[in-house]
Amino acid sequence: MRPENYQAVNHPPSNEFELNFGPNHPGIEGNYAFKVKLNGDRVLEAKADAGYLHRGFEKLMEGRLWIQNIALVPRICVPDPAPMEICYSLAVEELGGLEVPERAQWIRVMQLEMSRLAAHLFTFGGHAATTGMYSTMFWGVADRDLILDRFEELTGGRVYSIFNLPGGVRRDIPEGYLSRLGDLLDYLDSRLTDYDDLFFRNQVFVKRARDLGVMSQEQALKWGVTGPNLRATGLPFDVRRDDPYLVYDQLDFDIPTEQAGDALARNLVRRAELQQSIRILRQIIAQLPHIKGPIRCPIPNPLAWQVPAGDSYARVESSKGELGYYVVSTGGEKPYRVHVRGPSSMHAVQVLENLAVGARLEDIAQIMFSLDACPPEVDR
Amino acid sequence: MTDIDYEDRGSILKPLRALGFLGRPAVTVPLKPRDASENYLGFHVNDWSLCVGCSTCQKVCDNAAISMVKIPELPEDPVKGLRNERPAIDYGRCCWCGLCVDICPTGSLALSREYVHHCREEELDSYFILPDPNGMHQETYPKGWAKTEDADLLDLQRQAMDELPCVQRVDTFTEIVEGYTPDQALIEASRCVQCGMCHDACPTHMQAPEYIRAIWEGDLEQAVREIYRTNPLARVCGRVCTHRCETACSIGRRGEPVAIRWLKRYAMDSLPDDRIREIVLELKPNYLSSRKIAIVGSGPAGLTAAFDLAKQGIDVTIYEAQQEAGGMMRYGIPEYRLPYDHLDADIAAISALGVNIIYNTRIGIDISMADLQHNHDAVVLAIGLQNGRSTRIPGSDHRQVVSAVELLRWQSAGQFLDIPQRAVVIGGGNVAMDAARTLARRQQQEYAQVNVTVCALEDLEHMLADPEEIDEAREEGVTILDSRGPCECVVDEYDKLVALKTYGVISVFDDEGRFAPRYNQDNAQFHDADLIIEAIGQMSDTNILGEELTERLEWYRGRLKVTPDGRTSEPWLWAAGDMVNGPDVVHAIADGHRVASSIDTCLVAEETPA
Repeated sequence: MRPENYQAVNHPPSNEFELNFGPNHPGIEGNYAFKVKLNGDRVLEAKADAGYLHRGFEKLMEGRLWIQNIALVPRICVPDPAPMEICYSLAVEELGGLEVPERAQWIRVMQLEMSRLAAHLFTFGGHAATTGMYSTMFWGVADRDLILDRFEELTGGRVYSIFNLPGGVRRDIPEGYLSRLGDLLDYLDSRLTDYDDLFFRNQVFVKRARDLGVMSQEQALKWGVTGPNLRATGLPFDVRRDDPYLVYDQLDFDIPTEQAGDALARNLVRRAELQQSIRILRQIIAQLPHIKGPIRCPIPNPLAWQVPAGDSYARVESSKGELGYYVVSTGGEKPYRVHVRGPSSMHAVQVLENLAVGARLEDIAQIMFSLDACPPEVDR
Repeated sequence: MTDIDYEDRGSILKPLRALGFLGRPAVTVPLKPRDASENYLGFHVNDWSLCVGCSTCQKVCDNAAISMVKIPELPEDPVKGLRNERPAIDYGRCCWCGLCVDICPTGSLALSREYVHHCREEELDSYFILPDPNGMHQETYPKGWAKTEDADLLDLQRQAMDELPCVQRVDTFTEIVEGYTPDQALIEASRCVQCGMCHDACPTHMQAPEYIRAIWEGDLEQAVREIYRTNPLARVCGRVCTHRCETACSIGRRGEPVAIRWLKRYAMDSLPDDRIREIVLELKPNYLSSRKIAIVGSGPAGLTAAFDLAKQGIDVTIYEAQQEAGGMMRYGIPEYRLPYDHLDADIAAISALGVNIIYNTRIGIDISMADLQHNHDAVVLAIGLQNGRSTRIPGSDHRQVVSAVELLRWQSAGQFLDIPQRAVVIGGGNVAMDAARTLARRQQQEYAQVNVTVCALEDLEHMLADPEEIDEAREEGVTILDSRGPCECVVDEYDKLVALKTYGVISVFDDEGRFAPRYNQDNAQFHDADLIIEAIGQMSDTNILGEELTERLEWYRGRLKVTPDGRTSEPWLWAAGDMVNGPDVVHAIADGHRVASSIDTCLVAEETPA
């Protein structure tokens, strides 16, 4: 029964309509939404709708001691937390004039590459899931868990390790750790062909991902794209190589690139980076036992530590692109301002809004996963 | 370019390869929680026998997950630095970062390898727990994330204090301790975790965390203000205080306590005297009371009471028997430990508040107690312990046998002229060391050699003097003999003192713990002496009260009987300081505050109509 005051709305004859895509949608990474204008199932316009995480990390950091922020920053990117801790530490170390001991630097690089492996396994697993290939996701997550086991052994935490402090790392590596890490690398290496068969050569994936979300190098540079997304347009830019930090200049690795700039190319770059990360980690396993010394340089009592006034910018190559921390100190016990340059804020907003236009509704999730955008980095 | 040929569709039979995966173990969640790693960040465990309740974990917690809960059954002792509070964790807030573990001053807190907790909705409070050694569910799990040597967030090492080397100090009364440089003071101040154990332990409850923080922030004027809130004799206390604060300091549980005393000294020494006096004058009231108070004695108790009362606008007059003010601080502590100019500066700041000091006026001779009572609303007796106790051994009444307080008074007043070539000090406490080291310096100056022997009753392990005093005295050439009991001051036929005769000590206390030394008379020694100094304790010179007043007052075991506020049985008379509470500057200061507040309360009560 219709209520008495019901009046039918007469829509003009059109196939256009608006759709709220997310924030609770299985094809979206995290709490993130789009307002999509569609004609049939073609996207005419997409508008990013961020803000569902409402954590306000940057503001929170202003109210915490320098050291306390270490427990907060990994939350900005859940799948790839190690670069957050390390990049924040690097920025604070620059302000505080701290010299990080070499052993700590090697342990940090080890974490960064382990974290990159874990994040990439998660990402292409997620991408596969958006095309219905859940086995890949299960495999990716299960293998990522083996990396998390090693994180747990090293840091005590599986996801948020909170293991780096300005000045170094909090603990030395446990006895026999490197050999167990080596075993894990051998296993992951052996799995790569399985992943190729299951996913990267799978025509279901290849055919859907090719020519999807194509971005030229000019567009990428204009939109501030970094990381694998930029390298998939043919530009071999990598902070680890172009602005080396920690001990990356002592390590031997390649920067994989692709030319096509589409969703397929982006995934293939990540696939190749898995191999490079394994290569870097093997070098670390060989080198680390020869690097002796402390794991931390002393910092003042954290309850009273006043970082000298000034500002600093530190950047690292996270699994998603260039991650930067701009930290301002007025000489107090807490940061005056911390700005996080999360790579995903570009990828998830202006890039995704542009690439989605012309795509089909069911491909939006694919494009998002191929860009590896992490919503908390947007809502920081 | 990657080496994957994604155009290669492979053989049609290729999917059969996947059959191989059937043999692989499946990735499943085990029914029982698997063992966590050795470093695991699990639920907290806290060793209550180590924890002192300092609440540093609460301060570093970035989620405000920790609150301190009072446990009445646990011991609380501010002097030992123990609070009966223990951290409780709200697991609705905790993020298991383990910073609380890494900063814990005692090392009592750790995270275990236990990580499973579930409850029904109505038991949500069970996420708020008070960790003890057995963990969250009283199932003892092994420790996970625990303190390691290279992971301490605290600086356990104290900034070393520069001191005059022995060669430079043996023949001079220049101050030995040189004081912190600004850099040293900053680093030392940064070590403090602001737990406030020092505040609780200090007899006068100094605002140590506040002034240490002010030093760390570079605001020395604020530091001085915080110091003057409770201590008007901070230049003195910054040098010679018995620093109970440092005994209670929670950093001292595993490391060296924060040098609270030296930091106080640094703050006071860093500002010019004029500026400090201006800061003190901020406390001067803009009103005057009609009340008049007399204080007998200008030692720490008298000066502190005067300071407090002057802040209330009360007219305070101190009567001092000596030429200068300071009492034992001037006439008992050698100049190499407390230079007179610092004492003078402290006293000048107190006088600047309007305190009037009348010198060379001995009660009972120059003015009587009755006069004081008549002319004032209240009188405070703060005469200290000016008389030395005697061993009363044969010969101890000889003119060449003096008490340590007498000797030190001579030295301070410039009346110690006849320096003995050979001296023997009886006693093993800090006063004995002061006397011996003063003698050694004068002998160096006079004869360029030292001949001072200290005969202590106790053995070296139980000697009452601070170990560093003993070491430094030895460096300066003093001979220290332990377990020697004095039995006679030997006088020759010309009535000249020649030696002290001592016996070896078998035991100092009897079975019931009473002082009853037993000597081995076969083990006798003679120590040549031109002067024997008795440093075995002090007592009050209560003769000044006069017979009539002494008769009226109530006494307990030779000491004046007072209420906890310092009030005697006479309604107009209060007593404070060493004569009531034993010899110690900071206790005397605390006493001074107590009587001042008691007098103030009583006077206000009298003025207010019932």
